[in-house]
Amino acid sequence: MSSAEPSRRDFLYIATGTVGAVGAAAVAWPLISQMNPDASTIAAGAPIDVDLGPIAEGQVIKVFWRSKPIFISHRTKKEIDEAKNVNVASLPDPQPDSARVKEGHDQWLVVIGICTHLGCIPLAHQGNYDGWFCPCHGSQYDSSGRIRQGPAPANLYIPPYAFLSDTKIRIG
Amino acid sequence: MSGPSSYQPQNAFLKWFEARLPIIGLVHSSFVAYPTPKNLNYWWTFGGILSFMLGVQIITGIVLVMHYTPHVDMAFDSVEHLMRDVNYGWLLRYLHSNGASMFFVAVYIHMFRGLYYGSYKEPREVLWILGVIIYLLMMATGFLGYTLPWGQMSFWGATVITNFFSAIPIVGETVVTWLWGGYAIGNPTLQRFFSLHYLLPFVIAGVVVLHVWALHVAGQGNPTGVEPKSSQDTVPFTPYATVKDSFMMVVFCIVFAWFVFYVPNYLGHADNYIPANPGVTPMHIVPEWYYLPFYAILRSIPDKLAGVIAMFSSILILVFLPWLDTSKVRSASYRPLYRVFFWIFVAACLGLGYLGSQAPEGIYVIAARILTAYYFIHFIIITPLLGLIETPKPLPNSISESVLKRSGAVAALLALLVGGATFLGSTPSALAQEKQEIHETPIPPRNTWSFAGPFGKFDQQQLQRGFKVYKEVCSTCHGLKFLSFRNLAEAGGPGFTEAQAAAIAADFKVQDGPNDQGDMFERDGRVGDAFPPPTTWKNEAQARQLYSGTVPPDMSVLAKARTYERGFPWFLLDIFTQFQEEGVDYIVALMKGYEPAPAGFTLPAGGNYNKYFPSNSIAMPPPLTDGLVDYTDGTKSTIEQQAKDVAAFLAWAAEPHMEARKRIGFQVMVFLVIFAGLMYFTKKKVWADVHGHA
Ligand code: FES
Repeated sequence: MSSAEPSRRDFLYIATGTVGAVGAAAVAWPLISQMNPDASTIAAGAPIDVDLGPIAEGQVIKVFWRSKPIFISHRTKKEIDEAKNVNVASLPDPQPDSARVKEGHDQWLVVIGICTHLGCIPLAHQGNYDGWFCPCHGSQYDSSGRIRQGPAPANLYIPPYAFLSDTKIRIG
Repeated sequence: MSGPSSYQPQNAFLKWFEARLPIIGLVHSSFVAYPTPKNLNYWWTFGGILSFMLGVQIITGIVLVMHYTPHVDMAFDSVEHLMRDVNYGWLLRYLHSNGASMFFVAVYIHMFRGLYYGSYKEPREVLWILGVIIYLLMMATGFLGYTLPWGQMSFWGATVITNFFSAIPIVGETVVTWLWGGYAIGNPTLQRFFSLHYLLPFVIAGVVVLHVWALHVAGQGNPTGVEPKSSQDTVPFTPYATVKDSFMMVVFCIVFAWFVFYVPNYLGHADNYIPANPGVTPMHIVPEWYYLPFYAILRSIPDKLAGVIAMFSSILILVFLPWLDTSKVRSASYRPLYRVFFWIFVAACLGLGYLGSQAPEGIYVIAARILTAYYFIHFIIITPLLGLIETPKPLPNSISESVLKRSGAVAALLALLVGGATFLGSTPSALAQEKQEIHETPIPPRNTWSFAGPFGKFDQQQLQRGFKVYKEVCSTCHGLKFLSFRNLAEAGGPGFTEAQAAAIAADFKVQDGPNDQGDMFERDGRVGDAFPPPTTWKNEAQARQLYSGTVPPDMSVLAKARTYERGFPWFLLDIFTQFQEEGVDYIVALMKGYEPAPAGFTLPAGGNYNKYFPSNSIAMPPPLTDGLVDYTDGTKSTIEQQAKDVAAFLAWAAEPHMEARKRIGFQVMVFLVIFAGLMYFTKKKVWADVHGHA
């Protein structure tokens, strides 16, 4: 056997093995990808419009966008003031109230109603901060949806939204 | 599985582990060191292919279950949802549905291999019987699985098959009611079938383990039928058998991929794209091809109970084969008489299969009876007798001594093809003529379609025109419920822009609600909405009232749900020519097929004469007229043109991922051919020293 023979054989084996591995990887992709949201789910995640007109001052409503609860809070003067007059630096997740509402629409707080701890839905108008209280493990959020107390690590998230008019928003 | 392992781990951890659970040693002795006869031909690779296919079916099946809903109201829709919306859903479903057929192709080759080489003979009787059990389980699993899409064939196939048990004297009806969980096939039936369809493959996997175990105890047979005498006669399983099996697996995958990507519905039935309807039985109930020989046996016996018994016996008789065969010589290579009768038997099975697919009329029934009788005669009379009267050729002393040329396998394959083709070809042309007379409707003429063939693509302009025809004409009565407006702007479709799709959607009124007051309301359609149902009828009862007892079918899958009989030999050639356009051709023909009723034909009230419609009387009045739809792209708006355009649109509607399917199919084919080539040379290199010494 000449010395060239083994190397040619090795090359063949490596080439075959590599092509086989590429094939296996290509086959894996559809099997993985099929678990992602399907086209109808993505289409159903389209933006929604919410009319703010009927929401009374002090009322919190819940709407669903992408199967997630969205809290829309029509804040009272007292709640707005509390949210603003907090020493931001002392908060677990420091964020001024102005970063959590749209400019000129201080009375409207729109947050994703999912506790940032482990995903339960906090209850409105409960807890010590005029905000939300999560019954699962006791996290408390203030009237700006910021975490104040309990195991949750972050403030309630803000969904993408915009004011179409003073009384209408589009979420998504 | 064959005694204590010779495997000696070097690594300290593996030593520790092996002392506690010798699983690596088990695998090593079963699939690496295991001695395999060195003269195995390619027919012996189908065991490996079968294990591979079982794996494919289990994996794709588990994935399908993630998207399937086993409920009579949702099963059909959930399958369509899978095909349209889930990423690669069409691919996974076609892999699974065609995989079942490929599984049976492989099992039949494997079984006939066993019959030819006497693989069932002492000491492999238990191995063989376990195989028969696996085969029975496969039949049950395949049947249960075919029920799940809940189309017309699912429903009526399930009805017919479960009614086998009603043939049992006295308790038959009770048993059937118990199987159904009701007084007819219904939701309880579907749910239990689903549960069992998920269970059985794992039972199969368990019996496969036993089968392989029994194989490794008795050792593999080989084409000479002479047991290996020394290590001269064998080679280690790995790499020799591994690489050979893998090569054939890749070759098998080429066939598999051909069906999946190019003719994915060829092996199914158009009727199964019609949602199950307990009130209407399809014209011809035909089971999946792999049951056809047994179905022919069932129908050939004019007595219900006897028919069912004959059908089950035709499979169970295989269990007794090791004792029915009196010859001590295993391989047909050394049995000149048996070899002839083996091929006659193969031809008889193919013949029964063909007859099982035909309407049970006239000469077909007689032919089926003759072949059924022959089937049993082969086992009960010919097989025992041959062993007594045949003079076998002298057996070689050992495998190494045998000079069995590899051309043997090729010759056998050729013989199989030629045998099958000549049998089918010899079906008297008188049959064909008789059939022509039975046919009341002419064959729809073939059209040329841009989307036909391996590289076919939809003509976007044509789809847009076709959509216009649908919207302005068909949509009054026919729904399109599996399509959403967003689909119109998706790749591989009519090529509308997002904005155009939104504008089209806004043209339709969609029911929504309830609103805050609890009322349903109408609003303009949005891209995410499905096409709304037709406005002219609110429910099926009303439709029947309006359209002389018929319900205008939903058009989403219509192009796949209609077909016509292709006849021999076209139905075989279609596999190679990838002819898939029976449905669209039929739709075009139907649109143009309105004529005054011929003398002597009494048209029922509310009927219109159409020469292509199965009963010739269709409730739908001629829908198209020249110039009816105003084409804006300068195409002349003739009936012919409108019919073709709407048919093309429906072809896309039925298979919105067709372009992706063909594109990916081409990539897969190129890959598989290259891989098969590499595997072939690897196999040659690995086996070089063995062949050198032989
Ligand atoms: S999930 Fe809300 S506190 Fe744990």
